[in-house]
Amino acid sequence: MKYTFLPHTADIKFKAYGKTLNQAFENAALAISKILAKENKVKTNITKDIELEGIDQKSLFYNFLEEIIFLFDAEHFIVSKASIKITKYKLTAKLKGDNASNYQGLDHIKAATYAEMHIKKTQKGWEVQAVVDV
Amino acid sequence: MTENTHIIKKEGKMLVPGIVFASPKLFEYIKKDKTLEQVKNVAMLPGIIEKSIALPDSHQGYGFPIGGVAAFDPEKGIISPGGVGYDINCSVRLLATNLTIKDLKNKKEITHSLFRTVPSGVGRESKLRLSDSELDDILKQGTQWAVKKGYGLKEDYLHTEDNGKIEGADQKAVSQRARARGKKQLGTLGAGNHFLEIQEVEEIFDEKVAKVFRLEKGQLTIMIHCGSRGLGHQVASDYIKEMEKQYGFSHLPDRELVNAPIKSELGKKYLSAMAAAANFAFANKQLITHWIRQDLKHYFPKVKAQVVYDICHNIAKFETHNVNGKQKEILVMRKGATRSFGPGRKEIPQDYRNVGQPVFIPGSMGTHSYVLVGTKKAEELSWGSTAHGAGRILSRTAAKKQFSPQQIKQILKDKDILLEAGSIKGIVDEAPAAYKDVDEVVRVSNELGIGNLVAKLRPVAVIKG
Repeated sequence: MKYTFLPHTADIKFKAYGKTLNQAFENAALAISKILAKENKVKTNITKDIELEGIDQKSLFYNFLEEIIFLFDAEHFIVSKASIKITKYKLTAKLKGDNASNYQGLDHIKAATYAEMHIKKTQKGWEVQAVVDV
Repeated sequence: MTENTHIIKKEGKMLVPGIVFASPKLFEYIKKDKTLEQVKNVAMLPGIIEKSIALPDSHQGYGFPIGGVAAFDPEKGIISPGGVGYDINCSVRLLATNLTIKDLKNKKEITHSLFRTVPSGVGRESKLRLSDSELDDILKQGTQWAVKKGYGLKEDYLHTEDNGKIEGADQKAVSQRARARGKKQLGTLGAGNHFLEIQEVEEIFDEKVAKVFRLEKGQLTIMIHCGSRGLGHQVASDYIKEMEKQYGFSHLPDRELVNAPIKSELGKKYLSAMAAAANFAFANKQLITHWIRQDLKHYFPKVKAQVVYDICHNIAKFETHNVNGKQKEILVMRKGATRSFGPGRKEIPQDYRNVGQPVFIPGSMGTHSYVLVGTKKAEELSWGSTAHGAGRILSRTAAKKQFSPQQIKQILKDKDILLEAGSIKGIVDEAPAAYKDVDEVVRVSNELGIGNLVAKLRPVAVIKG
Protein backbone atom coordinates (compact mmCIF):
# COMPACT_ATOMS: atom_id res chain seq x y z
CA MET A 1 0.00 0.00 0.00
CA LYS A 2 1.32 3.43 -0.98
CA TYR A 3 -1.04 5.61 1.05
CA THR A 4 -4.30 5.49 2.93
CA PHE A 5 -6.95 8.02 3.99
CA LEU A 6 -8.13 8.15 7.60
CA PRO A 7 -11.27 9.65 9.16
CA HIS A 8 -11.08 13.30 10.25
CA THR A 9 -14.05 15.50 11.28
CA ALA A 10 -13.49 18.48 9.07
CA ASP A 11 -10.53 17.83 6.83
CA ILE A 12 -8.50 15.11 5.18
CA LYS A 13 -5.97 12.96 7.01
CA PHE A 14 -3.66 10.54 5.23
CA LYS A 15 -0.75 8.23 5.83
CA ALA A 16 1.88 7.43 3.19
CA TYR A 17 4.44 4.64 3.33
CA GLY A 18 7.78 3.86 1.75
CA LYS A 19 10.85 1.70 2.08
CA THR A 20 12.83 4.91 2.30
CA LEU A 21 11.87 8.40 3.48
CA ASN A 22 12.19 9.53 -0.16
CA GLN A 23 9.61 6.97 -1.17
CA ALA A 24 7.25 7.88 1.69
CA PHE A 25 7.33 11.52 0.51
CA GLU A 26 6.77 10.37 -3.08
CA ASN A 27 3.71 8.44 -1.98
CA ALA A 28 2.50 11.44 0.03
CA ALA A 29 2.56 13.35 -3.27
CA LEU A 30 0.37 10.59 -4.76
CA ALA A 31 -2.10 10.99 -1.88
CA ILE A 32 -2.27 14.75 -2.53
CA SER A 33 -2.72 14.05 -6.23
CA LYS A 34 -5.64 11.74 -5.39
CA ILE A 35 -7.31 14.43 -3.24
CA LEU A 36 -6.98 17.02 -6.00
CA ALA A 37 -7.72 14.82 -9.00
CA LYS A 38 -10.45 12.65 -7.45
CA GLU A 39 -11.50 10.21 -10.19
CA ASN A 40 -9.35 11.79 -12.91
CA LYS A 41 -6.27 10.07 -14.18
CA VAL A 42 -3.67 12.79 -14.45
CA LYS A 43 -1.10 12.61 -17.26
CA THR A 44 2.59 13.38 -16.93
CA ASN A 45 2.91 16.07 -19.60
CA ILE A 46 4.71 18.65 -17.47
CA THR A 47 7.82 18.31 -15.32
CA LYS A 48 8.74 20.68 -12.50
CA ASP A 49 11.98 20.66 -10.58
CA ILE A 50 11.70 21.94 -7.05
CA GLU A 51 14.12 22.50 -4.19
CA LEU A 52 13.03 23.01 -0.62
CA GLU A 53 14.40 23.37 2.82
CA GLY A 54 12.99 23.02 6.33
CA ILE A 55 14.14 23.67 9.89
CA ASP A 56 13.43 20.05 10.80
CA GLN A 57 11.93 16.94 9.19
CA LYS A 58 8.33 17.96 9.84
CA SER A 59 8.75 21.44 8.43
CA LEU A 60 10.38 19.90 5.36
CA PHE A 61 7.28 17.73 4.91
CA TYR A 62 4.99 20.73 5.54
CA ASN A 63 6.90 22.82 2.99
CA PHE A 64 6.75 20.01 0.44
CA LEU A 65 2.96 19.68 0.76
CA GLU A 66 2.59 23.44 0.68
CA GLU A 67 4.65 23.67 -2.53
CA ILE A 68 2.33 21.21 -4.32
CA ILE A 69 -0.70 23.22 -3.14
CA PHE A 70 0.98 26.45 -4.25
CA LEU A 71 1.75 25.09 -7.73
CA PHE A 72 -1.87 24.00 -8.12
CA ASP A 73 -3.27 27.45 -7.22
CA ALA A 74 -0.67 29.70 -8.78
CA GLU A 75 0.37 27.71 -11.85
CA HIS A 76 -2.52 25.30 -12.39
CA PHE A 77 -0.10 22.43 -12.10
CA ILE A 78 -1.60 19.19 -10.84
CA VAL A 79 0.89 16.60 -9.67
CA SER A 80 0.62 12.93 -10.61
CA LYS A 81 4.04 11.58 -9.73
CA ALA A 82 7.14 12.63 -7.83
CA SER A 83 10.71 11.46 -7.53
CA ILE A 84 12.41 12.81 -4.46
CA LYS A 85 15.80 13.04 -2.88
CA ILE A 86 16.06 14.12 0.73
CA THR A 87 19.29 15.06 2.43
CA LYS A 88 18.70 15.91 6.08
CA TYR A 89 16.33 18.90 5.96
CA LYS A 90 16.73 19.59 2.25
CA LEU A 91 14.79 18.13 -0.60
CA THR A 92 15.04 18.12 -4.37
CA ALA A 93 12.16 16.72 -6.39
CA LYS A 94 11.10 16.14 -9.94
CA LEU A 95 7.34 16.52 -10.09
CA LYS A 96 5.42 15.20 -13.06
CA GLY A 97 1.89 16.20 -13.80
CA ASP A 98 -0.36 18.21 -16.06
CA ASN A 99 -2.23 21.47 -16.53
CA ALA A 100 -5.20 21.34 -14.15
CA SER A 101 -7.49 23.03 -16.67
CA ASN A 102 -7.44 19.82 -18.73
CA TYR A 103 -9.56 18.08 -16.08
CA GLN A 104 -13.10 18.34 -14.71
CA GLY A 105 -14.39 18.06 -11.15
CA LEU A 106 -11.10 18.59 -9.35
CA ASP A 107 -10.93 19.31 -5.65
CA HIS A 108 -9.04 21.97 -3.78
CA ILE A 109 -6.75 22.04 -0.75
CA LYS A 110 -6.48 25.25 1.25
CA ALA A 111 -3.33 24.49 3.19
CA ALA A 112 -0.91 22.00 4.67
CA THR A 113 -1.00 21.76 8.47
CA TYR A 114 1.09 20.34 11.31
CA ALA A 115 -1.99 18.76 12.89
CA GLU A 116 -1.39 15.12 13.80
CA MET A 117 1.68 15.13 11.59
CA HIS A 118 4.23 12.40 12.15
CA ILE A 119 7.23 11.04 10.33
CA LYS A 120 8.49 7.76 11.72
CA LYS A 121 10.65 4.81 10.97
CA THR A 122 8.77 1.52 11.07
CA GLN A 123 9.82 -2.11 10.72
CA LYS A 124 9.01 -1.95 7.00
CA GLY A 125 10.56 1.45 6.34
CA TRP A 126 8.98 4.86 6.77
CA GLU A 127 5.52 6.20 7.52
CA VAL A 128 4.42 9.85 7.19
CA GLN A 129 1.07 11.28 8.26
CA ALA A 130 -0.54 14.68 7.72
CA VAL A 131 -3.87 16.51 7.76
CA VAL A 132 -4.63 19.01 5.01
CA ASP A 133 -7.16 21.82 5.35
CA VAL A 134 -9.77 21.52 2.57
CA MET B 1 -24.60 28.84 35.33
CA THR B 2 -27.10 27.40 32.89
CA GLU B 3 -27.10 23.95 31.33
CA ASN B 4 -25.57 25.60 28.27
CA THR B 5 -22.34 26.58 30.01
CA HIS B 6 -19.54 24.13 30.74
CA ILE B 7 -16.52 25.34 32.66
CA ILE B 8 -13.13 23.67 32.20
CA LYS B 9 -11.26 24.35 35.41
CA LYS B 10 -7.77 25.78 35.28
CA GLU B 11 -5.24 22.94 35.51
CA GLY B 12 -1.62 22.30 34.61
CA LYS B 13 -0.19 25.11 32.49
CA MET B 14 -3.56 26.76 31.84
CA LEU B 15 -3.47 30.47 32.74
CA VAL B 16 -7.26 30.87 32.63
CA PRO B 17 -10.25 28.50 32.68
CA GLY B 18 -12.02 27.30 29.55
CA ILE B 19 -15.71 27.87 28.85
CA VAL B 20 -17.76 25.88 26.37
CA PHE B 21 -21.14 27.34 25.48
CA ALA B 22 -23.20 24.37 24.31
CA SER B 23 -26.38 22.51 25.15
CA PRO B 24 -25.95 19.02 26.62
CA LYS B 25 -26.76 17.62 23.15
CA LEU B 26 -24.11 19.71 21.36
CA PHE B 27 -21.62 19.10 24.17
CA GLU B 28 -21.83 15.37 23.44
CA TYR B 29 -20.48 16.02 19.93
CA ILE B 30 -17.88 18.49 21.17
CA LYS B 31 -16.49 15.96 23.66
CA LYS B 32 -15.84 13.43 20.91
CA ASP B 33 -12.99 15.15 19.09
CA LYS B 34 -10.04 17.27 20.25
CA THR B 35 -12.02 20.47 20.87
CA LEU B 36 -11.73 20.43 24.68
CA GLU B 37 -8.01 19.68 24.55
CA GLN B 38 -7.59 22.60 22.15
CA VAL B 39 -9.61 24.94 24.42
CA LYS B 40 -7.17 24.01 27.22
CA ASN B 41 -4.13 24.54 25.01
CA VAL B 42 -5.31 28.02 24.03
CA ALA B 43 -5.74 28.78 27.76
CA MET B 44 -1.96 28.28 28.13
CA LEU B 45 -0.96 31.07 25.72
CA PRO B 46 0.77 34.15 27.18
CA GLY B 47 -1.39 37.19 27.80
CA ILE B 48 -4.75 35.43 27.43
CA ILE B 49 -7.46 37.32 29.31
CA GLU B 50 -10.08 35.68 31.57
CA LYS B 51 -11.09 32.64 29.49
CA SER B 52 -10.62 30.40 26.49
CA ILE B 53 -14.02 30.08 24.78
CA ALA B 54 -15.66 27.49 22.54
CA LEU B 55 -19.06 28.27 20.99
CA PRO B 56 -22.04 25.93 20.40
CA ASP B 57 -20.88 24.94 16.89
CA SER B 58 -17.26 24.30 17.87
CA HIS B 59 -15.22 21.38 16.58
CA GLN B 60 -11.58 20.42 16.36
CA GLY B 61 -9.40 22.79 14.37
CA TYR B 62 -5.68 23.49 13.97
CA GLY B 63 -4.21 24.61 17.27
CA PHE B 64 -7.28 26.64 18.12
CA PRO B 65 -10.69 24.97 17.88
CA ILE B 66 -13.06 26.10 15.13
CA GLY B 67 -15.72 28.08 16.98
CA GLY B 68 -13.06 29.38 19.35
CA VAL B 69 -12.65 32.88 20.80
CA ALA B 70 -9.79 34.21 22.90
CA ALA B 71 -8.73 37.74 23.89
CA PHE B 72 -5.15 38.86 24.51
CA ASP B 73 -3.49 41.72 26.32
CA PRO B 74 -1.82 43.96 23.68
CA GLU B 75 1.20 44.50 25.95
CA LYS B 76 1.84 40.96 27.19
CA GLY B 77 -0.13 38.87 24.72
CA ILE B 78 0.58 36.99 21.52
CA ILE B 79 -0.90 36.75 18.05
CA SER B 80 -1.14 33.36 16.37
CA PRO B 81 -2.07 32.70 12.74
CA GLY B 82 -3.77 29.58 14.11
CA GLY B 83 -6.12 31.80 16.11
CA VAL B 84 -7.36 33.34 12.87
CA GLY B 85 -7.27 30.28 10.64
CA TYR B 86 -5.95 29.45 7.19
CA ASP B 87 -8.91 31.03 5.44
CA ILE B 88 -8.42 34.57 6.67
CA ASN B 89 -11.72 36.47 6.73
CA CYS B 90 -13.78 33.57 5.58
CA SER B 91 -17.03 35.48 5.82
CA VAL B 92 -20.73 35.79 5.01
CA ARG B 93 -22.64 38.52 3.22
CA LEU B 94 -26.41 38.70 3.01
CA LEU B 95 -28.26 40.56 0.26
CA ALA B 96 -31.90 41.52 0.69
CA THR B 97 -33.81 41.66 -2.60
CA ASN B 98 -37.15 43.18 -3.53
CA LEU B 99 -38.23 39.82 -5.03
CA THR B 100 -40.45 37.06 -3.70
CA ILE B 101 -40.75 33.38 -4.53
CA LYS B 102 -43.46 34.22 -7.10
CA ASP B 103 -40.80 35.98 -9.18
CA LEU B 104 -38.81 32.76 -9.43
CA LYS B 105 -40.99 30.95 -11.96
CA ASN B 106 -37.92 30.15 -14.00
CA LYS B 107 -35.83 29.31 -10.97
CA LYS B 108 -33.78 26.78 -12.88
CA GLU B 109 -32.73 29.21 -15.58
CA ILE B 110 -31.89 31.99 -13.11
CA THR B 111 -29.88 29.69 -10.86
CA HIS B 112 -27.99 28.30 -13.82
CA SER B 113 -27.27 31.79 -15.03
CA LEU B 114 -25.88 32.78 -11.60
CA PHE B 115 -23.79 29.62 -11.57
CA ARG B 116 -22.27 30.63 -14.89
CA THR B 117 -21.81 34.26 -13.90
CA VAL B 118 -20.04 33.71 -10.58
CA PRO B 119 -16.93 31.57 -11.08
CA SER B 120 -16.90 28.71 -8.59
CA GLY B 121 -15.10 25.45 -8.04
CA VAL B 122 -11.53 24.56 -8.85
CA GLY B 123 -9.75 26.07 -11.80
CA ARG B 124 -12.39 28.65 -12.77
CA GLU B 125 -10.48 31.88 -12.82
CA SER B 126 -11.37 35.46 -12.13
CA LYS B 127 -12.89 37.48 -14.94
CA LEU B 128 -10.49 40.26 -14.04
CA ARG B 129 -6.85 40.56 -14.98
CA LEU B 130 -5.29 42.55 -12.19
CA SER B 131 -2.09 44.54 -12.45
CA ASP B 132 0.27 44.48 -9.47
CA SER B 133 -0.68 48.00 -8.48
CA GLU B 134 -4.38 47.15 -8.62
CA LEU B 135 -3.77 44.19 -6.35
CA ASP B 136 -1.93 46.55 -3.98
CA ASP B 137 -4.97 48.82 -3.91
CA ILE B 138 -7.30 45.88 -3.23
CA LEU B 139 -5.14 44.71 -0.32
CA LYS B 140 -5.16 48.21 1.14
CA GLN B 141 -8.75 49.23 0.44
CA GLY B 142 -10.90 46.08 0.25
CA THR B 143 -14.55 46.72 -0.62
CA GLN B 144 -13.87 50.42 -0.96
CA TRP B 145 -11.55 49.71 -3.91
CA ALA B 146 -14.31 47.73 -5.63
CA VAL B 147 -16.87 50.50 -5.07
CA LYS B 148 -14.44 53.14 -6.40
CA LYS B 149 -14.01 51.03 -9.53
CA GLY B 150 -17.77 50.94 -10.09
CA TYR B 151 -18.47 47.48 -8.73
CA GLY B 152 -20.99 48.63 -6.16
CA LEU B 153 -22.39 51.38 -3.98
CA LYS B 154 -21.21 53.28 -0.94
CA GLU B 155 -24.01 51.62 1.08
CA ASP B 156 -22.35 48.28 0.36
CA TYR B 157 -19.20 49.03 2.30
CA LEU B 158 -21.05 51.00 4.96
CA HIS B 159 -22.82 47.69 5.68
CA THR B 160 -19.63 45.65 5.94
CA GLU B 161 -17.57 45.08 9.10
CA ASP B 162 -14.86 47.76 9.30
CA ASN B 163 -16.46 49.45 6.28
CA GLY B 164 -14.95 46.72 4.12
CA LYS B 165 -11.44 48.03 4.77
CA ILE B 166 -9.47 46.86 7.76
CA GLU B 167 -7.05 49.58 8.79
CA GLY B 168 -3.38 48.83 9.09
CA ALA B 169 -3.28 46.59 6.04
CA ASP B 170 0.16 46.51 4.43
CA GLN B 171 0.42 44.99 0.99
CA LYS B 172 4.20 44.71 1.42
CA ALA B 173 3.66 42.19 4.22
CA VAL B 174 1.97 39.84 1.70
CA SER B 175 4.49 37.56 -0.07
CA GLN B 176 4.86 37.13 -3.80
CA ARG B 177 3.72 33.54 -3.36
CA ALA B 178 0.48 34.68 -1.73
CA ARG B 179 -0.07 37.24 -4.47
CA ALA B 180 0.56 34.62 -7.14
CA ARG B 181 -2.08 32.37 -5.61
CA GLY B 182 -4.68 35.09 -5.20
CA LYS B 183 -4.24 37.17 -8.31
CA LYS B 184 -6.37 35.05 -10.59
CA GLN B 185 -8.94 34.25 -7.92
CA LEU B 186 -10.50 37.63 -7.13
CA GLY B 187 -14.26 37.43 -7.56
CA THR B 188 -14.45 33.65 -7.36
CA LEU B 189 -16.34 31.55 -4.86
CA GLY B 190 -13.91 28.66 -4.49
CA ALA B 191 -14.86 25.14 -3.43
CA GLY B 192 -15.39 23.16 -0.21
CA ASN B 193 -18.04 24.55 2.12
CA HIS B 194 -18.27 27.86 0.28
CA PHE B 195 -21.53 28.63 -1.45
CA LEU B 196 -24.01 31.06 -2.90
CA GLU B 197 -27.61 30.54 -1.93
CA ILE B 198 -30.98 32.00 -2.86
CA GLN B 199 -33.23 31.94 0.20
CA GLU B 200 -36.71 32.93 1.28
CA VAL B 201 -37.43 34.65 4.60
CA GLU B 202 -39.66 31.97 6.09
CA GLU B 203 -40.21 33.26 9.59
CA ILE B 204 -39.60 36.45 11.52
CA PHE B 205 -38.88 36.13 15.25
CA ASP B 206 -38.29 39.81 15.97
CA GLU B 207 -40.37 42.16 13.80
CA LYS B 208 -38.78 45.34 15.08
CA VAL B 209 -35.18 44.29 14.43
CA ALA B 210 -36.04 42.57 11.14
CA LYS B 211 -37.50 45.84 9.90
CA VAL B 212 -34.31 47.69 10.79
CA PHE B 213 -32.34 45.05 8.82
CA ARG B 214 -34.82 45.53 5.94
CA LEU B 215 -36.07 41.95 6.12
CA GLU B 216 -39.68 40.79 5.82
CA LYS B 217 -41.48 37.51 5.51
CA GLY B 218 -41.65 36.08 1.99
CA GLN B 219 -38.76 38.18 0.69
CA LEU B 220 -35.90 36.55 -1.21
CA THR B 221 -32.37 36.94 0.12
CA ILE B 222 -29.01 35.88 -1.30
CA MET B 223 -26.25 34.60 0.94
CA ILE B 224 -22.59 34.53 -0.13
CA HIS B 225 -20.06 32.52 1.87
CA CYS B 226 -16.39 32.67 0.87
CA GLY B 227 -13.02 33.94 1.99
CA SER B 228 -9.64 35.22 0.92
CA ARG B 229 -8.95 32.25 -1.36
CA GLY B 230 -5.37 31.07 -1.94
CA LEU B 231 -3.96 34.47 -1.01
CA GLY B 232 -5.16 34.23 2.59
CA HIS B 233 -4.17 30.57 2.93
CA GLN B 234 -0.64 31.41 1.83
CA VAL B 235 -0.39 34.37 4.24
CA ALA B 236 -1.24 31.97 7.09
CA SER B 237 1.38 29.41 5.98
CA ASP B 238 4.05 32.07 5.40
CA TYR B 239 3.71 33.49 8.90
CA ILE B 240 3.44 30.11 10.62
CA LYS B 241 6.84 29.30 9.10
CA GLU B 242 8.34 32.65 9.98
CA MET B 243 7.12 32.51 13.58
CA GLU B 244 8.55 28.99 13.95
CA LYS B 245 11.93 30.29 12.89
CA GLN B 246 11.90 33.36 15.13
CA TYR B 247 10.03 32.16 18.20
CA GLY B 248 10.21 28.36 18.09
CA PHE B 249 7.52 25.88 19.01
CA SER B 250 9.10 23.35 21.37
CA HIS B 251 7.53 25.10 24.40
CA LEU B 252 4.02 24.85 22.91
CA PRO B 253 1.49 22.06 23.52
CA ASP B 254 0.73 22.01 19.77
CA ARG B 255 2.89 23.18 16.86
CA GLU B 256 -0.10 24.86 15.21
CA LEU B 257 -0.23 27.32 18.14
CA VAL B 258 3.00 28.97 16.99
CA ASN B 259 2.82 32.69 17.71
CA ALA B 260 4.65 35.98 18.15
CA PRO B 261 4.20 38.76 20.72
CA ILE B 262 1.60 41.29 19.56
CA LYS B 263 4.13 44.06 20.13
CA SER B 264 6.94 42.37 18.17
CA GLU B 265 7.89 43.34 14.62
CA LEU B 266 6.77 39.96 13.32
CA GLY B 267 3.51 40.07 15.27
CA LYS B 268 2.72 43.49 13.82
CA LYS B 269 3.73 42.36 10.35
CA TYR B 270 1.42 39.34 10.51
CA LEU B 271 -1.48 41.57 11.64
CA SER B 272 -0.91 43.91 8.70
CA ALA B 273 -0.73 40.96 6.27
CA MET B 274 -3.86 39.47 7.83
CA ALA B 275 -5.66 42.80 7.36
CA ALA B 276 -4.58 42.86 3.70
CA ALA B 277 -5.85 39.31 3.14
CA ALA B 278 -9.11 40.23 4.91
CA ASN B 279 -9.51 43.19 2.56
CA PHE B 280 -8.98 40.85 -0.40
CA ALA B 281 -11.83 38.69 0.96
CA PHE B 282 -14.09 41.73 1.31
CA ALA B 283 -13.35 42.85 -2.27
CA ASN B 284 -13.93 39.29 -3.45
CA LYS B 285 -17.51 39.32 -2.16
CA GLN B 286 -18.13 42.79 -3.50
CA LEU B 287 -17.29 41.63 -7.03
CA ILE B 288 -19.47 38.57 -6.64
CA THR B 289 -22.29 40.87 -5.46
CA HIS B 290 -21.81 43.07 -8.50
CA TRP B 291 -22.06 40.15 -10.91
CA ILE B 292 -25.13 38.80 -9.13
CA ARG B 293 -26.82 42.19 -9.47
CA GLN B 294 -25.91 42.46 -13.15
CA ASP B 295 -27.18 38.98 -13.82
CA LEU B 296 -30.47 39.46 -11.97
CA LYS B 297 -31.07 42.68 -13.94
CA HIS B 298 -31.48 40.59 -17.11
CA TYR B 299 -34.49 38.93 -15.53
CA PHE B 300 -35.76 41.74 -13.31
CA PRO B 301 -34.84 45.21 -14.60
CA LYS B 302 -35.99 46.85 -11.36
CA VAL B 303 -34.29 44.40 -9.02
CA LYS B 304 -32.61 45.58 -5.85
CA ALA B 305 -30.14 43.50 -3.90
CA GLN B 306 -29.06 45.54 -0.90
CA VAL B 307 -26.27 44.46 1.38
CA VAL B 308 -27.76 43.73 4.81
CA TYR B 309 -24.31 43.15 6.28
CA ASP B 310 -21.01 41.40 5.65
CA ILE B 311 -19.51 39.60 8.64
CA CYS B 312 -16.07 38.08 9.33
CA HIS B 313 -15.60 34.53 10.63
CA ASN B 314 -11.82 34.19 10.84
CA ILE B 315 -10.18 37.35 12.09
CA ALA B 316 -8.27 39.09 14.90
CA LYS B 317 -9.34 42.60 15.90
CA PHE B 318 -8.39 45.23 18.46
CA GLU B 319 -11.59 46.03 20.34
CA THR B 320 -12.53 47.76 23.58
CA HIS B 321 -14.10 45.50 26.18
CA ASN B 322 -14.81 45.52 29.89
CA VAL B 323 -11.86 43.81 31.57
CA ASN B 324 -12.12 43.63 35.37
CA GLY B 325 -14.49 46.59 35.45
CA LYS B 326 -12.37 48.78 33.19
CA GLN B 327 -12.71 49.55 29.48
CA LYS B 328 -9.59 48.25 27.82
CA GLU B 329 -8.37 47.70 24.27
CA ILE B 330 -7.61 44.01 23.72
CA LEU B 331 -6.92 41.77 20.73
CA VAL B 332 -9.85 39.41 20.14
CA MET B 333 -9.21 36.36 17.94
CA ARG B 334 -12.29 34.78 16.45
CA LYS B 335 -11.75 31.56 14.59
CA GLY B 336 -14.98 30.26 13.13
CA ALA B 337 -16.91 32.73 15.26
CA THR B 338 -19.01 35.81 14.54
CA ARG B 339 -18.74 39.19 16.20
CA SER B 340 -22.04 39.82 17.96
CA PHE B 341 -21.96 43.38 19.31
CA GLY B 342 -25.01 44.74 21.07
CA PRO B 343 -26.64 48.16 20.63
CA GLY B 344 -24.57 51.31 20.82
CA ARG B 345 -21.15 50.11 19.67
CA LYS B 346 -19.42 52.53 17.34
CA GLU B 347 -18.34 49.62 15.11
CA ILE B 348 -21.97 48.99 14.06
CA PRO B 349 -23.34 50.82 10.97
CA GLN B 350 -25.33 53.88 12.01
CA ASP B 351 -28.70 52.59 10.81
CA TYR B 352 -28.34 49.43 12.94
CA ARG B 353 -26.64 50.97 15.98
CA ASN B 354 -29.78 51.18 18.10
CA VAL B 355 -30.57 47.46 17.79
CA GLY B 356 -27.17 45.71 17.52
CA GLN B 357 -25.21 44.23 14.66
CA PRO B 358 -26.65 41.63 12.27
CA VAL B 359 -25.26 38.11 12.67
CA PHE B 360 -25.75 35.42 10.03
CA ILE B 361 -25.53 31.75 10.84
CA PRO B 362 -25.60 29.65 7.68
CA GLY B 363 -26.91 26.13 7.94
CA SER B 364 -25.45 23.21 6.08
CA MET B 365 -26.51 22.48 2.51
CA GLY B 366 -30.27 22.01 2.43
CA THR B 367 -30.99 23.32 5.92
CA HIS B 368 -32.18 26.73 7.13
CA SER B 369 -29.92 29.69 7.81
CA TYR B 370 -30.58 32.31 10.46
CA VAL B 371 -30.29 36.03 11.03
CA LEU B 372 -29.56 37.01 14.61
CA VAL B 373 -28.78 40.28 16.34
CA GLY B 374 -25.79 40.97 18.57
CA THR B 375 -26.28 41.66 22.27
CA LYS B 376 -24.80 43.31 25.33
CA LYS B 377 -24.88 39.87 26.92
CA ALA B 378 -22.44 38.59 24.29
CA GLU B 379 -20.10 41.40 25.23
CA GLU B 380 -20.31 40.20 28.86
CA LEU B 381 -19.96 36.48 28.17
CA SER B 382 -17.99 35.88 24.98
CA TRP B 383 -16.10 39.07 24.04
CA GLY B 384 -19.07 39.96 21.85
CA SER B 385 -19.14 36.72 19.88
CA THR B 386 -21.47 33.94 18.85
CA ALA B 387 -21.52 30.87 16.61
CA HIS B 388 -20.77 30.92 12.89
CA GLY B 389 -22.51 27.89 11.44
CA ALA B 390 -23.59 24.35 12.01
CA GLY B 391 -20.12 22.85 12.54
CA ARG B 392 -19.10 19.48 11.16
CA ILE B 393 -19.65 16.20 13.01
CA LEU B 394 -18.94 13.68 10.27
CA SER B 395 -15.71 13.31 8.32
CA ARG B 396 -15.77 13.59 4.56
CA THR B 397 -14.71 9.96 4.34
CA ALA B 398 -17.61 8.92 6.58
CA ALA B 399 -20.04 11.10 4.61
CA LYS B 400 -18.92 9.38 1.41
CA LYS B 401 -19.50 5.97 2.95
CA GLN B 402 -22.98 6.86 4.17
CA PHE B 403 -24.40 8.79 1.25
CA SER B 404 -24.40 8.66 -2.52
CA PRO B 405 -24.66 11.78 -4.70
CA GLN B 406 -28.10 10.52 -5.80
CA GLN B 407 -29.32 10.41 -2.20
CA ILE B 408 -28.18 13.97 -1.55
CA LYS B 409 -29.85 15.15 -4.75
CA GLN B 410 -33.07 13.43 -3.66
CA ILE B 411 -32.99 14.99 -0.18
CA LEU B 412 -32.69 18.43 -1.77
CA LYS B 413 -35.32 17.67 -4.40
CA ASP B 414 -37.80 16.58 -1.72
CA LYS B 415 -37.34 19.97 -0.10
CA ASP B 416 -37.70 21.72 -3.48
CA ILE B 417 -34.15 23.05 -3.30
CA LEU B 418 -32.36 23.42 -6.60
CA LEU B 419 -28.67 22.55 -6.68
CA GLU B 420 -26.03 23.71 -9.14
CA ALA B 421 -22.62 22.25 -8.34
CA GLY B 422 -19.35 22.04 -10.21
CA SER B 423 -18.78 18.57 -8.87
CA ILE B 424 -21.76 16.38 -8.03
CA LYS B 425 -19.47 13.90 -6.31
CA GLY B 426 -18.10 16.71 -4.14
CA ILE B 427 -21.52 17.53 -2.71
CA VAL B 428 -21.53 14.33 -0.68
CA ASP B 429 -18.81 15.90 1.49
CA GLU B 430 -21.33 18.58 2.40
CA ALA B 431 -24.23 16.22 3.14
CA PRO B 432 -26.58 17.90 5.68
CA ALA B 433 -26.10 14.97 8.09
CA ALA B 434 -22.34 15.69 8.17
CA TYR B 435 -23.12 18.78 10.24
CA LYS B 436 -24.55 19.56 13.65
CA ASP B 437 -28.14 20.69 13.80
CA VAL B 438 -28.05 24.42 13.03
CA ASP B 439 -31.49 24.87 14.66
CA GLU B 440 -29.96 23.67 17.93
CA VAL B 441 -26.93 25.95 17.53
CA VAL B 442 -29.04 29.09 17.14
CA ARG B 443 -31.45 28.00 19.88
CA VAL B 444 -28.51 27.82 22.31
CA SER B 445 -27.14 31.18 21.14
CA ASN B 446 -30.57 32.71 21.71
CA GLU B 447 -31.07 31.03 25.08
CA LEU B 448 -27.66 32.20 26.30
CA GLY B 449 -28.48 35.63 24.91
CA ILE B 450 -25.17 35.90 22.99
CA GLY B 451 -27.01 36.36 19.69
CA ASN B 452 -30.80 36.69 19.52
CA LEU B 453 -33.03 35.27 16.81
CA VAL B 454 -34.38 37.66 14.19
CA ALA B 455 -35.30 35.63 11.10
CA LYS B 456 -35.18 32.17 9.58
CA LEU B 457 -34.18 31.72 5.95
CA ARG B 458 -35.23 28.75 3.84
CA PRO B 459 -32.89 27.65 1.03
CA VAL B 460 -34.44 27.84 -2.44
CA ALA B 461 -31.40 27.29 -4.66
CA VAL B 462 -27.78 26.46 -3.82
CA ILE B 463 -24.69 27.07 -5.91
CA LYS B 464 -21.51 25.27 -4.96
CA GLY B 465 -18.08 24.89 -6.49
